[in-house]
Amino acid sequence: MFSSGFIGKLGSLLFTLWILSLVSFFLIRLIPGDPVRIMVGDRGVSEESYQEIKSNLGLDKPLPVQYFVYLKKIVSFDMGTSFITRVSVWKEFKEKFVATFELSFFAMFIAVVLGLLLGIYAAVNRGNFIDKTLMTGSVVGFSMPIFWWGLILILYFSVRWELTPVSGRNSVFIDIESVTGLMLIDSLLSSEPWEAFKDSFQHLILPSVVLATVPLASIARMTRSSFIDVLSEDYIRTAYSKGLSRTQIYFKHALKNALLPVITVIGLMMGALLTGAILTETIFSWPGLGRWLLSSVESRDYPVIQAGIFLIGSLVMILNFVIDILYKWVNPRLRV
Amino acid sequence: MKSIAKFFLTQIFLLVFTVAAYGKGSHFVYCSEASPKIFNPQLATDGPTFNASSRAIYDRLVEFKKGSTEVVPGLAESWSVSKDGLKYNFKLKKGVWFQTTKYFTPKRPLNADDVIWSFNRMRLSSHPYHKVNQGTYEYFRSMGMGKLIKVIKKVSDYEVQFQLARRESPFLANMAMDFASILSKEYADQLTKTKKMASIDLKPVGTGPFVLDKYVKDTIIRYSAHPKYFRGEAKTKKLIFSITPDASVRFQKLKRGECHLIAEPSPIDIDLMKKNPKISVKEKPGLNVGYIAFNVEKKPLNNAKVRQAIRAALNRESYIKSIYKGYAQVAKNPIPPTIWSYNKNVKMTSYDVAKAKKLLNEAGYPKGFKISLWTLPVSRPYNPNGKKMGELIQEDLKKIGITVELKTYKWATYLEKASKGEHEMIQLGWSGDNGDPDNFLSVLLGCDAVKAGSNYARWCHKPFDKLVNQAKSLTSQSQREKLYKKAQLVFKEQTPWVPVAHATVFRALTNNVQGYEMSPFGTESFYEVSIKK
Repeated sequence: MFSSGFIGKLGSLLFTLWILSLVSFFLIRLIPGDPVRIMVGDRGVSEESYQEIKSNLGLDKPLPVQYFVYLKKIVSFDMGTSFITRVSVWKEFKEKFVATFELSFFAMFIAVVLGLLLGIYAAVNRGNFIDKTLMTGSVVGFSMPIFWWGLILILYFSVRWELTPVSGRNSVFIDIESVTGLMLIDSLLSSEPWEAFKDSFQHLILPSVVLATVPLASIARMTRSSFIDVLSEDYIRTAYSKGLSRTQIYFKHALKNALLPVITVIGLMMGALLTGAILTETIFSWPGLGRWLLSSVESRDYPVIQAGIFLIGSLVMILNFVIDILYKWVNPRLRV
Repeated sequence: MKSIAKFFLTQIFLLVFTVAAYGKGSHFVYCSEASPKIFNPQLATDGPTFNASSRAIYDRLVEFKKGSTEVVPGLAESWSVSKDGLKYNFKLKKGVWFQTTKYFTPKRPLNADDVIWSFNRMRLSSHPYHKVNQGTYEYFRSMGMGKLIKVIKKVSDYEVQFQLARRESPFLANMAMDFASILSKEYADQLTKTKKMASIDLKPVGTGPFVLDKYVKDTIIRYSAHPKYFRGEAKTKKLIFSITPDASVRFQKLKRGECHLIAEPSPIDIDLMKKNPKISVKEKPGLNVGYIAFNVEKKPLNNAKVRQAIRAALNRESYIKSIYKGYAQVAKNPIPPTIWSYNKNVKMTSYDVAKAKKLLNEAGYPKGFKISLWTLPVSRPYNPNGKKMGELIQEDLKKIGITVELKTYKWATYLEKASKGEHEMIQLGWSGDNGDPDNFLSVLLGCDAVKAGSNYARWCHKPFDKLVNQAKSLTSQSQREKLYKKAQLVFKEQTPWVPVAHATVFRALTNNVQGYEMSPFGTESFYEVSIKK
């Protein structure tokens, strides 16, 4: 019924997931820092109470037993309950993921559209002033300290010119019921759709721009160098000699081949954006995955860290799978 | 074609840059620094949770008077203490109603059952709600309340008696602390019937001034005024917590008028805030102490002369200028001057390198020695920059021949290792819980605290311990004061720590805020706060 290739792929997927569960479980336990000690803080607690708290949290059992309990929960899609908030980790993950997704999606949209256009523009103007300016700009963008950059934008756009709100996902005076968790969509379902949508959109601008800065710079550079390589290929010369217009050559013939390495960068960046937006999320008070995971590592909230790493890991695996398919679509040679 | 493009561009510009109106009506917006862990203060130890739960939603039998550490009636209209100091009787106010929410409508006002239920949940492992939501009751336990309360008896519907295992004067102050908030038994019974017991701490019902309307983690908390609040309905009808973790962003939001009050302003922004005509800055001497503890179980720190030498070699005035930006005072006692029984007569050790060298010589270390100092890995009001302070200490001690190696760990590891006594010298600090001197002297320097892990000097000095324990068992404040003053003299002579500073605490608010007063405990109460129209 199933081809051996499919069964093999499924087997390797399950094996990777199992390894992921092992890593997510043991990695956090390798870091020093006892969750109970952190809970009680610098006040300390008597040994008796310490043991009782530990047992309440199930941390008194031997590690293999704890791991088995965790594995059993994963299999039944129960990610456990946070030590700190006592809320289901699954519920928290869904909320955070959607917020991060909305932000990353917009950031990636800005980065891809602008990155490709600027990269191509620089490549066809190779060596002249525009190219040099763009590439210097991309180095600056790539090495920009995000925290500083975010604060500078807030200072000018929000405080001085009063063009955008300072932080958050929407104004505190607009109460939007969460339906999908995506603020732009939920705002359209609210009682004042236009006002709410406008407000949510405004809140999205600065964080997306800040988050897009580094990927934009990478994509622009990668597009430029890849495009330059492709433009020196024989078939492009042939296309020129056949009298095709520049637009046709660039967008019909060159772009598809030049995209290959750019897609790799986009895939990697997307994975990084989902988890690595901690600084942007902190500056703009964006309730996303990065901040959630960071604070749970600080408080050694084992269930959150375990499930968080596992779920994000699974997600990145799926993302890579999608990128693989895209690759094959762009480059037919890989379909064999 | 061009005109269509122009139209769309104009529309996009309008969409992007037309700013919605902020700062409306009777809303009060507080920009808090973190999400609450949960909506029940019995299960937490942190300020953001207390502000969002105990201060807004709940009340206690006794309270701290607004802006002070004095204990005044809360849900109890009066209390009496038996002659032996072992029985505390609290008479409850009548007609106190719990909040009506979407999920609960109270059928009766507060009574003794609610009080007994709330405390028994924390202290009795047989209580049906004890283990709900992995109840650990860290604060209740660390204050020793579990062992202290022997029995809680219902005298009548409106009177409760607490019987104690020993005389303990700070008991009353403990009862005003956040973990002593009163929950509704009637609500708990309803949840038991509907098998939704976990909701008790997530969908709260209290007697306090505000009712929780909505909470989105890491984003926002919305409250509305409790119309049947026993002190009268709050002036602010809608209270909003806008959760903003970064201090500089909170400041920008305050400037922009997106918040009326911000939590924990950064010391480096204070001067700028003071210059801004739209903002007012409130300050108060903090109920805190930042200190350097010597692990007296380790050589050469077991020698009091060595400890005294180090104390004399540290130029603490310079730390106040460079680390606290002048917003602190040099400490000489382990308790801050805002706490009663502070001993003014203790002489401040001045910075004196010659004296330090002499003491070190007398201790038998004329050439000094090598030692490690753990620097605080987190920024706290009592020590905003542990690393920098470590470097200054390193420089100071070099002058008397002591080579200091600086070490640090992540906060969790730091606390864990320190509570096991793995350090030599360590930076730490404390913010008072209840304004009682015992909360500093016994919790941080008592012999029992060595075992509990909060006495980081691991200093168990019998004469000091005796004074503190004796004071704890007395009911007369003047008698207690005498003993605590003596204890501070013993502390000075023995020097288990170098007390470094008592930091000033700040709050920044917009000029149109009325009725706000800073609490010495750093928590926020919004009952009397309103916006000037």
